[in-house]
Amino acid sequence: MFRPEYQNIFTQVQVQGAPEYGMDNENNMAEERAFTPGFSSLAGWLGNAQIGPIYLGWTGLVSIATGLAWFVIVGMNMLAHVGWSIPEFLRQLFWLALEPPSPEYGLSFPPLNDGGWFLIASFFLLVSVMMWWVRTWQLAAMHKMGKHIAWAFLAAIWLFLVLGLFRPILMGSWSEAVPYGIFPHLDWTTAFSIRYGNLYYNPFHALSIVFLYGSALLFAMHGATILAVTRFGGDRELEQIVDRGTASERAALFWRWTMGFNATMEGIHRWAWWFAVLTPITGGIGILLSGTVVDNWYLWAVEKSFAPAYDGPYGYEGYPGTGGVPAVATMGGQ
Amino acid sequence: MFPKWYDRWNSENPTNILGPAILVGAAGGAVFVAAAWWAFFEGPHDNVAMQTGPAGTGMHVARFVTDFERQDPSIANYFTLPPVPPTEDSLRAGDVIEGAEPLLADLTVENYERLITAMRVWTGIEDLLEPGLENYQTVVARSMIQMTQELNELWGAKVNQNPGDRNVGVSCYTCHRGEPVPSHTWFKLGDVNMAAAGWSANQNRATVQSQFTALPSDALEKFLLEDNAINVHDLEPRVSRANMNPATIQDTYRTYALMNYFSNSLGVNCTFCHNTRAFYDPAQNTPQWTIASLGIIMVQEINNDWLVPLTEEFPEDRLGPVFGDVAKVACATCHKGYQQPMHRLDMISDWPELATTGAPFYD
Repeated sequence: MFRPEYQNIFTQVQVQGAPEYGMDNENNMAEERAFTPGFSSLAGWLGNAQIGPIYLGWTGLVSIATGLAWFVIVGMNMLAHVGWSIPEFLRQLFWLALEPPSPEYGLSFPPLNDGGWFLIASFFLLVSVMMWWVRTWQLAAMHKMGKHIAWAFLAAIWLFLVLGLFRPILMGSWSEAVPYGIFPHLDWTTAFSIRYGNLYYNPFHALSIVFLYGSALLFAMHGATILAVTRFGGDRELEQIVDRGTASERAALFWRWTMGFNATMEGIHRWAWWFAVLTPITGGIGILLSGTVVDNWYLWAVEKSFAPAYDGPYGYEGYPGTGGVPAVATMGGQ
Repeated sequence: MFPKWYDRWNSENPTNILGPAILVGAAGGAVFVAAAWWAFFEGPHDNVAMQTGPAGTGMHVARFVTDFERQDPSIANYFTLPPVPPTEDSLRAGDVIEGAEPLLADLTVENYERLITAMRVWTGIEDLLEPGLENYQTVVARSMIQMTQELNELWGAKVNQNPGDRNVGVSCYTCHRGEPVPSHTWFKLGDVNMAAAGWSANQNRATVQSQFTALPSDALEKFLLEDNAINVHDLEPRVSRANMNPATIQDTYRTYALMNYFSNSLGVNCTFCHNTRAFYDPAQNTPQWTIASLGIIMVQEINNDWLVPLTEEFPEDRLGPVFGDVAKVACATCHKGYQQPMHRLDMISDWPELATTGAPFYD
């Protein structure tokens, strides 16, 4: 029968037995753990097979409740837009959206059917996201961990707040916010780039792309390196640093002998963390400056002399032989 | 990972799946081989890239060879008759045919008959301008003949645009293509979303006028009937309080919807007209952008000066379902998805009667 092997994308070894409850400490870490733990082979392929127990706390409960409120408000508005028809709702689902208010309302509260529900839903989403963030901080504190996860999450929240709160306030209109819809939020992205004269000339957009692609590259290098030495126990970081010939040493030597430099077990995660975190931070700065400081990034690039000039005519007439000039109709019929 | 009842049922009902497995495998393999065969020997087809701007800008229109070489099928169905040059003996149609259309009464009998015959074929209306028949089609035809003459005479820069030195022009057939109601006409849609107002109401539905995007469905009405600003860009790099660019992100959606309509109507893409790094910069636009700009004004004129005034003439079932407005034209009404309508088929040489608002000139 099929069993995942180490070459597979799935975890090779699954451990299932008596549920692991973890340790307690003076912060009463084990308090308020909810749900009876169980096991899932499917989850085990991807990570740990044990599901639960989970700590929600008041922050988690508020987060889930307000997140659900946002979800239901968005869904009900979409359903109302198609006259409460379920088939039409399914058919148009990717097109439908809860839009921000029309521009004429500025920062005032608009009618419910022209962005009012959007503001209400956005308020719930804001509470939901911030409560979940508080939870990441609290849980790290309970475990006496560093707050790296909370800070990284906050970097993503920065971009979220720039899009939906800071920039609309600076622009003086809630209509600047991003609509809640599948295609509509993509249209917003394109329209934003068009309106502000091509975001590719925005240096913060460029930085964000560098960190995004850099994150993907670092993640691929790190993931591949560790998977390549799991046969020596590289996925278990115990005793790796001090012993010779360990998975960790081979992984390090591979890169040193490949490019003369290697990360360390700690440093690689620091690099990955900063790359990931800087992606939304720089992106958020770029968005925040658009329309508030710079109104046309292409012209800004011209002003800063980094938009290249090109030689050659415009129009297909200037390029005969490139399949350009369309056929002349040959007279048919009578 | 499966529930216990499932595993139990399976162990109690052993089934040999080898046969079905081979069948599924063989069928799947056949599909794979067929797909590979198609990919290697049939398609995807080669494409041609029409370069539209300097190297390095990425400006080109890519099309499959098969699409590029395909002629608009309505060219083959085009009906035309050569003009009959009047002689000294020619009789005036108005003097011979009782109830002849007054607008065309000064034509010779031969050319009058010839034009009426052609117009009936072009529009698919068999009794069009039948002497004595005074229905709404007569009234509309009268106006449309004058419109065609004026388009050919005054809009030569648009409808005669061609690299060669031959006539192109338009006739009834350019829009009608043998149908009484031309295809690719449009009506006002109004709000497309229920229980919504403002910018929540006019977008986010897959409609023909939004080109099946989530963009606003009212772009044709706002830009090709009304005359609203299409440009959304600031021509200064920095935000200035003294000189604020009023275009909002919502205006940008609407402009984007119009541009989607343009490109689909002509079977081209953004870089047919624009260097996409600076959409607004005329110095980096192609000559086609200029022609399209003329086209916008021409369409506004056709809609406002010729079609809207006819609203009262049409029967109710020919008017728009929401607002009872007259059917209006836009790019696709003539272009029908091709870069140039009917590949610049000559509509002028055979039809001097439609080429000018004055007396026809017979060569």
